[in-house]
Amino acid sequence: MTVTEAAPEAVKRAGTSVEFRGLRRSFGEVAALDGLDLAIAPGELVALLGPSGCGKTTALRVLAGLEQVDAGEVLVDGGDVTGVPANKRDMGMVFQSYSLFPNLAVRDNVAFGLRLRGVAAATRRRRAQELLELVGLDSHGHRYPHQLSGGQQQRVALARALAIEPRVLLLDEPLSALDAQVRTQLRDEIRRLQLRVGITTLFVTHDQEEALSIADRVGVMRSGRLEQCDTPAELYQRPATAFVAEFVGTMNHVPGVVAGQEVVVAGHRLTLAEPAGARDGQLVKVLLRPESVTLTAEADGQALVSDRSFRGAVTRVTATLPDGTTLLADLPSVTAADLQPGAQAAVRFAPQPVLLAEGE
Amino acid sequence: MTVSNTTTRTGAAGLSAAPARPTGRRWVARAAGLLGLLPFLAYTGLFLAAPVVMVVVGAFQDNDGAFTTDNVTTAVSDQYGRAFVTSIELSALTAVVGAVLGAVLAQAVLSRRPDGVLRKAVTSASGVLANFGGVQLAFAFIATLGSIGIVTKALAAVGLDIYQGGFTLFGFTGIAIVYIYFQVPLMLIVFTPALEGMREQWREAAENLGATRWQYWRHVAGPVLLPPFLASLLLLFANSLSAFATAEALTNGIIGLVPIQIGALVSGNVVADQQNLGKALGLGMVIVVGLVMAVYYRIQRRTARWLG
Repeated sequence: MTVTEAAPEAVKRAGTSVEFRGLRRSFGEVAALDGLDLAIAPGELVALLGPSGCGKTTALRVLAGLEQVDAGEVLVDGGDVTGVPANKRDMGMVFQSYSLFPNLAVRDNVAFGLRLRGVAAATRRRRAQELLELVGLDSHGHRYPHQLSGGQQQRVALARALAIEPRVLLLDEPLSALDAQVRTQLRDEIRRLQLRVGITTLFVTHDQEEALSIADRVGVMRSGRLEQCDTPAELYQRPATAFVAEFVGTMNHVPGVVAGQEVVVAGHRLTLAEPAGARDGQLVKVLLRPESVTLTAEADGQALVSDRSFRGAVTRVTATLPDGTTLLADLPSVTAADLQPGAQAAVRFAPQPVLLAEGE
Repeated sequence: MTVSNTTTRTGAAGLSAAPARPTGRRWVARAAGLLGLLPFLAYTGLFLAAPVVMVVVGAFQDNDGAFTTDNVTTAVSDQYGRAFVTSIELSALTAVVGAVLGAVLAQAVLSRRPDGVLRKAVTSASGVLANFGGVQLAFAFIATLGSIGIVTKALAAVGLDIYQGGFTLFGFTGIAIVYIYFQVPLMLIVFTPALEGMREQWREAAENLGATRWQYWRHVAGPVLLPPFLASLLLLFANSLSAFATAEALTNGIIGLVPIQIGALVSGNVVADQQNLGKALGLGMVIVVGLVMAVYYRIQRRTARWLG
């Protein structure tokens, strides 16, 4: 299935800006949102990423009006909507599990919001058909939700959310209930659709690959706060905090010794990315991406290759340092040919500023 | 490649031929599978099919075993015909009132915390009260709402004499109140699973699309709950139609309900040797329930097309 190329005029609209200001929301003793600040530009797709319980879904539900805040403001196009009820907000939402109304056929599900707005039946039918064409399900309008696959149901949910021409599209882990192949396919379709329609979108997920591949910016949340909100490339290459660095992508934890604004790792001096708060001579764990590590086959090298995994253009080599530390290195496959298990290898690190692991 | 024995024996021609007949071993396996059904078939045959057959056959026999339509004719005329009307009216009234009140109560209970005391208490109490019928229920009501019942006396003490106002526990209204007493908790028990099956996300999705609470109930929750509501209503109707002991104990047979008439005929209290008339009345009850079920299925087909 592919989405059709042209979006109907009905769903093309200028984006809307969204801003969270100091949002706080507690459930008993647990602070789901702890002073969350976030600004989303018109037409932008921002993904909120974070571990379970970090507050990302609460933030989305607050924007939808399904959750109230204890403090803070939600601004949409500069207007305060904090106290506006959900049914007056004009937000289109796609839920995690299939939320189609089981008693309505697919086209009636899509037209539901229009029906509530008093749109004439003929116009409703035409718009629903347009939306179903947009998500590639124009021939499924007469079916009922239980007659569709999970992926098809989420496409219908997307069409239903877009049918009301929402100011903002809210996606609450819409792909998590789908199998891997459908998930990837639908993820790309959502992005294409979002770009075509130009709608401001907030996407919540715990899947970092999903967030990094679909979003203009990714906000990493932790304990109700935003740790960093940046482009996927910035987030990966220049994480602002150790939490972000460890949460996004794979990291080596390599022992090192602090020396001023540097840290000595396996005989190499690396610059610290931020004031570490560690004293000179303190033992720390340094965070290093696998692609920042270079291994070269040398008889007197300090690392012992223990494993290798071919991944096409890149081969991931696992080596062990003399102190027992395991080191992962992503190397171009053409240069990794000599690094067979049992071989000795010299270790080098890319000359980039590094972060220290938390609490170590 | 491994080739099965069957394919080897039949060869290529065998592959395009009609499927081989089940071998003896397959028949044994199939028969063994059906064995599991035996207890169920035996139970329903003995306690459902056989009594119905006996009722149907007996309804068309006189005391000598000869064919007759007199029993059926008598069963729909005079006092017996009126008994059917009264039974159907009473059953319909108590089923509708019980279903509505029970559904509202179930929704109210489900709005409480799942592990809360109130929810547990109401659910447990309903399990008991739904089965609290017969003589003891009649006595409980006589002791409270009878002519010298506690509640009656208490109301009279504050100037509200309900018996002076025309109320009596020992008539149609009284029986209806007593029946509703066990219909409401029964409805709560059978309808709660349907309410629990309602997804919170349907409400949120509707709200998100602009629906008010009323619009959500009208367009989504109501239609989704209608089929199980009708099924529960049917159960309550049948429950009320077949109830005997409570009405008998409360009115001593003054109100002519079909089960009471059957009881009188079978026991021979009023007229001897009229068991087959009782069977004709029983056949009438089977037909009434069958008709109600037919109407139910017709409504369900129209209201639940989406169930596929």
